[in-house]
Amino acid sequence: MALYSEKVMEHFRNPRNVGVIEDADGIGEVGNAKCGDIMRMYLKIENDVILDAKFETFGCGSAIASSSMATELIKGKPVAEAMKLTNKAVAEALDGLPAYKLHCSVLAEEAIQSALNDYYQKHPEKKS
Amino acid sequence: MKIYADNAATTKMSPAAVAAMVECLEKEYGNPSSLYALGQQARERLEKARGEVAAVIGAEPEEITFTSGGSEADNQALRSAAALGKKAGKTHLISSAFEHHAILHTLAALEKEGFTVTLLPVHEDGLVRPEELEAAIREDTCLVSVMYANNEIGTVQPIEALGAICRKRGVPFHTDAVQATGHLPIDVKAQNIDMLSASAHKFHGPKGVGFLYARRGLRLTNLIEGGAQERGKRAGTENVAGAAAMAAALKESAAAMEKNAAHMSVLRDRLIEGLKEIPHSALNGDARKRLPGNVNFCFEGIEGESLLLLLDDRGISASSGSACTSGSLDPSHVLLAIGRVHDVAHGSLRLTIGEDSTEEEIDYLIRNVREVVEYLRGFSPIWRDLMSGKKEFIL
Repeated sequence: MALYSEKVMEHFRNPRNVGVIEDADGIGEVGNAKCGDIMRMYLKIENDVILDAKFETFGCGSAIASSSMATELIKGKPVAEAMKLTNKAVAEALDGLPAYKLHCSVLAEEAIQSALNDYYQKHPEKKS
Repeated sequence: MKIYADNAATTKMSPAAVAAMVECLEKEYGNPSSLYALGQQARERLEKARGEVAAVIGAEPEEITFTSGGSEADNQALRSAAALGKKAGKTHLISSAFEHHAILHTLAALEKEGFTVTLLPVHEDGLVRPEELEAAIREDTCLVSVMYANNEIGTVQPIEALGAICRKRGVPFHTDAVQATGHLPIDVKAQNIDMLSASAHKFHGPKGVGFLYARRGLRLTNLIEGGAQERGKRAGTENVAGAAAMAAALKESAAAMEKNAAHMSVLRDRLIEGLKEIPHSALNGDARKRLPGNVNFCFEGIEGESLLLLLDDRGISASSGSACTSGSLDPSHVLLAIGRVHDVAHGSLRLTIGEDSTEEEIDYLIRNVREVVEYLRGFSPIWRDLMSGKKEFIL
C-alpha cells in the first residue's frame, strides 16, 4: 500500500494555487520550522467573497497537498463559509490522510482561519 | 533512470548469497540438532558459515553467535555487559549520543533498572574524541559501546584508539559495526574489540540474520531462553540458510573490499562536490572519515519528506532524517547530536551508493536533487523569508 492516496499524490505533484498575492486582503501563517511544517496563506477578498487564494508551504507531502486542497475548497466561496472549513473536509477531499498526518489538514484549516482573521482585523466593519 | 541510493537502509542480496540460501533451503533442510546425516549436514553448513564469518573479522568460530540481526546483537551485547557489571558492583555504561536506537533504547531500559549512562558528544564532525572517552571512564564503568560507523551520516570512529583505552582501563568494549561490516576492514584482536554486532542485509546478505562476536571468556546473557543452540546462548532452531547466505555475502564483500571502497569513495566525493554547489547546503559529518558510500546533506528552507517523494518520482530511492519520515515530531537524533538545529535537520537527505554505482548515476543524482531542491524552495515560506532578509541563513 502506498503511503498516500492517489489524490494526495496528485495534489502534491501538481499543487494548485502556489504562490503569493502581492496585494492580499488577508495573510495567515501557522506552524513552525521546529516541527517541520509552515503554511502561509494569502487571500484576495472582494464583497465578502474569496476571489483568489494562494499558499506557500514548507513541509511534507501531505502538508503541501492539504494546502493545495484547502485553497481549492475556499476559492469563490463567501468568507463566512470559508471560515467554517474543517480539517475533516480537507482530509476527506484528499481521500483521506494517514492518521499521523492528520495534523497537516488541521494546519490547513488553521492557516485559512488565520488569514481570515487577518482580513477581519484589517476590516473590522466586516465582522458581524 | 532507476537509482537505488539507500544502501545504508538495506542492500540487494548478492547472487552468491541467494545461491547459498536456496541450496540450504532445498537440500540441507535438516535440523542441525538432529543426529542423522541430514541434520549433521545442516550442522556442518552452519559451522562452516561460523568459521567464514569469524575469519573475516579476525575472530575464532566459537566467538560468533548467530542472531536475528543487528538489533538483537546490540541488545544482547549490552545486556550481557550490564549483567556482568552488576555482579561486580559496576553499573555505569558509556556510549555515544548518536548510536542506533537498538543501543540507545536498550540503554534507556537499563537506566530504568538502575544503571547510569554517559553519552559521549560526537561534535560537529560526527566523531568521538578518545580523550573524552578516557575522561568519562569511571571505577564502576562496566561497558563502553561506540558504533563503528554511523548509519545516517557515515562517520567512522577511531575504533582502535577507543578500544586501546578500554583495554588499558580494563573495561569491555563493544562496537555496533552494522554499517561497517563488509565495507571497512575489521580485526577484533588488533582493534581491542570485545564485542561486535553485525547484520547480514547491510552487506548483500539476507534480512533476519546477523551475528554477535564476543571475545572468549566474556559470558553472554540470553535474550531468548530455550534449547541449547548457539552454545546455549541463543535458543531456537538455527537459521542455517540465513547464516550460510550471510557468510557467502561477507566473504565476497571482504574479498572485494579494497576495490569497492576505492570505486565508491571516488563517486561519493563527486556526489559531495556536486551537491555542495547547491546554495545554502551543507555536508553532514566529516568529509574524509566516512563510509565510502555515504553522502548526507542538509538543504536549508525545505523539508525532507517532500524531497524524497519527488526524488522517488524521478526513480531515485533515498532517505531523510526529517521528522515526517521518522513518524515523530523531532528530526533525526543524529543530526541534532552533531549540532544541526531543527529547522535545518528537517531538510536532510541521505544518499548511500553501492558497489555498482556509476559516474552517470552520480551525475543524474546531482542534477535531480538540485532541481527538486530548487523547486521546493520556490514555494517555501522559510526560503522567501531567508531570501528577503527577514530571516538569517543558518547554512
